[in-house]
Amino acid sequence: MPELTAEVDRLSLVIDIGGMPVRVNTVDPGFVAILQQRYSGFVGESDQPEIEFDVELTSPSFADPNAPVEVTQRHGRWSLRRGDFLAEWEPASRTGKIRQTANPYSIDAVLRIVHSLVLARRGGFLLHSASAVRNGKAFLFAGVSGAGKTTISRLAPPDATLLTDEISYVRKESSGYIAHGTPFTGELARLGENISAPVAALYLLAQGPYNRIDLIAPADAARGLLANVLFFAEDEELVQSIFHSAFDFVSRVPVSRLTFVPDSRVWELIG
Amino acid sequence: MSKLFLRRNPRVAARNLDGEMMIMSARNSNLFTLNRTATILWQSADGTTPLDEIVQNRICAEFEVEPAEALEDAEKLARELASHEILQISEEPIPQPSAGSAR
Repeated sequence: MPELTAEVDRLSLVIDIGGMPVRVNTVDPGFVAILQQRYSGFVGESDQPEIEFDVELTSPSFADPNAPVEVTQRHGRWSLRRGDFLAEWEPASRTGKIRQTANPYSIDAVLRIVHSLVLARRGGFLLHSASAVRNGKAFLFAGVSGAGKTTISRLAPPDATLLTDEISYVRKESSGYIAHGTPFTGELARLGENISAPVAALYLLAQGPYNRIDLIAPADAARGLLANVLFFAEDEELVQSIFHSAFDFVSRVPVSRLTFVPDSRVWELIG
Repeated sequence: MSKLFLRRNPRVAARNLDGEMMIMSARNSNLFTLNRTATILWQSADGTTPLDEIVQNRICAEFEVEPAEALEDAEKLARELASHEILQISEEPIPQPSAGSAR
């Protein structure tokens, strides 16, 4: 009797951002190729991923990636929803599902959200900031769109290694706060290097007529930090965690306002 | 005039840093910095002390202000804080959540 079903090969890829490997399973080799290109430098080989997602690809249809993101938790299961994707993730089993079309932007949003949730629980956060490593130390440059993240990244000297021009990945370790490179890009559209270093300073960016660093008071520092933390969930426990992490961060890491003229001399003040 | 009782909303995150009270809403992650009067209301909002006593003992003791005027302003401020879900207000004492209950 002929087989009524055919076994479909399942393909896998591990995307390792911030030391947290996430395995993505799909049956579509074209989608794997898209991910390999999108996450070049962040594709790992871990046998023990922290999360495993099965991706179900749907037919292309109109879907608005600018629609608001909804992130909710019910009975230990997270639901992540935007116009262009629907994802579920269960931390206890470390597994989840993503339903989207074959594009890299939807899964990128899912990864950002999942990383932000995991980091929040562990005392870290994703921050709207460029970051770079110089002399073995990481420097973060935070600000809203137009504040100068792309500019400061573009002006970085050859001895500075860019971790990201858009979203910094900050983990809390026993030794302090560590910044990791991310593939989450901004206008520069250049992936960060997949390296990490202890955070030496956070600068809140302001463009002005001179280059100057002004240390700011802890309360202003906390406000500036919280204004730039990426967080999507309406979850009381995680909001509490993010809030208290911000205060812990500013008690350990110097936070300053960096006013700068958009030319490379600003980097004479950094490092 | 009926009494008004205030209680800190247990569903917000709060921190006092260098005398500045900062509050973050768990519902929408909005961040608030309280002025001195709002900070006094927050610190005194135990659910059992009526607002007029808070005004008499804390606000009038700290600021040179007429009690009636201070009470009117404090009530407006308390209602505004309640609209942001920072405080809970009631005309009856508000019991504190028991240990182990949902925050």
